[in-house]
Amino acid sequence: MDALTLHRIHFAFTITYHYLFPQLTMGLALLIVVMKTVALRTSDEEKRERYDVAARFWARIFAVNFVLGVVTGIPMEFQFGTNWSEFSRRTGGVIGQPLAMEGVFSFFLESAFLGLLLFGEKRISRPLHWFAAFMVFVGSWISGFFIIVTDAWMQHPVAYKLLPNGVYEVTSFWGLLMNPWAWIQYAHNMSGAVITGAFVVAATGALYLLQNRHTEYGRIYVKVGVIAGVISCITQIFPTGDMHGKYMAKHQPIAVAGMEGLFHSEAGAPMVLMGQPDVENQTIDNPLVVNKVLSFLIYGTTKAEVKGLDQFPKNDWPGALPLLFYSYHIMAGLGTYFVSLMAIAAFLMWRGTLYSTRWVLWPLMLSFPLPYIANTAGWMTAELGRQPWLVYGLLRTSEGYSKHVGAGTSLFTLLGFLGMYSVLSILWIVMVYTAIQKGPHAPVVDAGHDGHTLTTA
Amino acid sequence: MGTLWFWIVAFMLTVYTVLDGFDLGVGIVYLLVARTEQDRRKAMHAIGPVWDGNEVWLIAGGGTLFFAFPLLYASSFSGFYLPLTIVLWLLILRGLSIELRAHTHDKVFASLFDTSFALSSAILAIFFGAALANVVRGVPIGADDYFFLPLWTNWRTGPNPGILDWYTVIGGILALLALAQHGLLYLSLKTSGDLNARTTAWAKKLWPIVLAVTLASVPATIIARPESLAHYRQHGVAWLAPAAVITGIAIIAVSLARGWEWRAFLGSCLYLAAMLVGAAAGLYPVVLPSVGTAGHDITIDRALSGPHTLHVGLVWWSFGITLAIIYTITVYWLFRGKVPEHAAGYGH
Ligand code: HDD
Ligand code: HEM
Ligand code: HEM
Repeated sequence: MDALTLHRIHFAFTITYHYLFPQLTMGLALLIVVMKTVALRTSDEEKRERYDVAARFWARIFAVNFVLGVVTGIPMEFQFGTNWSEFSRRTGGVIGQPLAMEGVFSFFLESAFLGLLLFGEKRISRPLHWFAAFMVFVGSWISGFFIIVTDAWMQHPVAYKLLPNGVYEVTSFWGLLMNPWAWIQYAHNMSGAVITGAFVVAATGALYLLQNRHTEYGRIYVKVGVIAGVISCITQIFPTGDMHGKYMAKHQPIAVAGMEGLFHSEAGAPMVLMGQPDVENQTIDNPLVVNKVLSFLIYGTTKAEVKGLDQFPKNDWPGALPLLFYSYHIMAGLGTYFVSLMAIAAFLMWRGTLYSTRWVLWPLMLSFPLPYIANTAGWMTAELGRQPWLVYGLLRTSEGYSKHVGAGTSLFTLLGFLGMYSVLSILWIVMVYTAIQKGPHAPVVDAGHDGHTLTTA
Repeated sequence: MGTLWFWIVAFMLTVYTVLDGFDLGVGIVYLLVARTEQDRRKAMHAIGPVWDGNEVWLIAGGGTLFFAFPLLYASSFSGFYLPLTIVLWLLILRGLSIELRAHTHDKVFASLFDTSFALSSAILAIFFGAALANVVRGVPIGADDYFFLPLWTNWRTGPNPGILDWYTVIGGILALLALAQHGLLYLSLKTSGDLNARTTAWAKKLWPIVLAVTLASVPATIIARPESLAHYRQHGVAWLAPAAVITGIAIIAVSLARGWEWRAFLGSCLYLAAMLVGAAAGLYPVVLPSVGTAGHDITIDRALSGPHTLHVGLVWWSFGITLAIIYTITVYWLFRGKVPEHAAGYGH
């Protein structure tokens, strides 16, 4: 493999792995705030205690994922320089800005308040402890925002100018932060993170209910998970996914054509539900289509013409067309499944029978890996659709990598990360599994003397 | 503007060294001074709530370097590709060791994580020292402003150096010793009983060695990079840095003799900060010196971002860093005082 391909795989692998953690922590942070809020507002002593224990349990799981997010995030920050040096040199003045802001504004905040959330429960008042949870939530969501601003600029560059030495600079700071692409992407992405959080919480609850232990917490988790799940699954498709698609059709029509597998422009374009793109012959094998739906979804009328790949020069086509097509279809297909499952669960909850309906608890428990897949597939769609551009319309991916870092060196470190992350995965699974097995009542060790309170998972 | 950002980045990296320096230092001396399970838990407890926040200074400093000096970031990070990647692996290993140590109740695994924590901390210190020495010595920058350094060549400085040569190895050893001392002084400040006695005793043995290697590094630097002396001659105020280095060591020595734990630790902070500021002053206005003939030094002016970027950057940076300093102080204040004698494990 050539150096460019290896650098791409290097980045793709490490970022995909990194994002396994933040998607849960960002979603979970919100749900922890919800549980802490219920605990804070209720006057019922027993309920308050129960919700506090429920939240403390997720704070422990949050902590494990947070540490993994931190240690896998640091390599991301360095990789722009190590593997994508020419990209960094030319666009650092623009994208370096939100990246540095992420560090300065959110990472400090998160690490400080997480310490308080985990170790401070006995040292600070209840409202202050709620506040710590809230700030952890704010920190992780700010962090997500800045990183999305960075990515959005690569997808849809705004507010920049080219300096004589070939370097880009920001012309308007607010223009950069207010990039419409960033806000649409942010809404869709954060909703996706809440889906992951909701499914994980609901799955744990369902597990407890099915096993008939910790049932009082099982109910809380299923309830919180399903309510958050049904809301976020709907917002994921409408309005956020819908807006994202329409905005893309305007600004990256070629990526949409690739996602949909539309080789030829068509008025009243059909939507392909399933099929296998054959790039050589420019057709879809075994297609399962719904007529005119694509035109309708993008333009609101069944007659509109949708641009196909044939409208664009071949060297502007996204390189990995089939993968792009599948990623998009996996994301959208799973999205449909999520809404259906959560809607059924919410309906039964409203009827008051959910906690004993095993045929719904089972899929709730088993589905928790799927949002991870959907989120990853979504990002693959975004990033593969952007190809062959690194910064859309400005800088090709083939111009951006570190020319002085050879293919062998890149392969060496890629293998190193593969090995390292395999070990991390095992530890992660063991730690989270043990915490869930021990249940919400895991012992709270009190160090005594000066009130240092430490919980052990 | 360029000078201001040069010192802003230097400031962030200095704070990183002083703060993360002590938890790295605790790692370096961990197996040496923390002998019993109780001691080890106390040592972990002393850094538990703060090490992650300390590391953020590195991330934020790196980000600031990225947007203020994109050329420097691009050239140095790709040029130091292999050592940086190894640093990343060590950071991962170290973070995990601390976390997992807190979670395990099994003796065998606890000693495994103890060892990996100590080893990764020590090697990191050596790498950081060697990295700084590489920057001071200069790298073979090419006509396109890029370079790629092999890990080692013939161990000599000169036009084709490697990451490791006699000079950068001295840098690595000095960093190892200096951070070990920093860690010892921090531990003695945060603990009582046996652990406190042992750390203090080691610190007393260590400071003369740190002094000796520090002094030895001066002629070494002048041999490896003669220009640094000229930089010092040009900017008279720069001499304050070496003066502060010596003052720092003197404070450590006197405070150790008198049993002043706080002052000894602050002396060590002063020493580390002055060492870094001294190195920065020796470089200024170059940010990455070139050796060999192909390329030019990367200077502040050449590496600097556009004016608008830097202007708005200054506004949000001042605001953000003020908040960050407030958080940092608050956390240290909340977890102030000595670790309780019967500390349970640090963990979540
Ligand atoms: C749980 C996760 C999840 C689910 C169920 C969906 N998405 Fe999504 N999608 C994401 C998670 C995601 C994501 C990971 O969050 C992405 C990647 C980049 C981004 O901001 O969001 C994304 C990107 C993304 C893009 C932009 C791709 C690009 O920028 O090139 C579009 C057009 C859609 N989505 C559309 C949809 C539609 C129509 C869905 C409904 C059925 C849908 N997504 C469900
Ligand atoms: C979790 C989310 C993300 C995933 C799963 C992801 C996935 C990918 C993939 C699959 C590639 C390889 C594309 C190819 O080479 O064909 C890639 C490339 C890249 N992505 Fe992302 N990405 C994510 C988020 C981001 C973000 C937030 C940024 C910017 C801050 C970013 C910046 C890049 C860069 C610089 C490259 C390398 C250049 C390129 O191949 O275009 N990615 N990513
Ligand atoms: C979709 C893309 C991404 C999102 C939403 C995201 C979000 C987050 C969040 C919320 C955290 C906090 C830790 C946690 O809660 O687990 C985190 C950690 C981190 N991320 Fe990412 N990230 C993304 C991609 C990236 C990229 C491309 C970089 C490279 C610049 C990066 C760098 C980091 C770093 C350095 C940390 C550790 C910070 C700390 O010490 O707290 N992330 N990320």
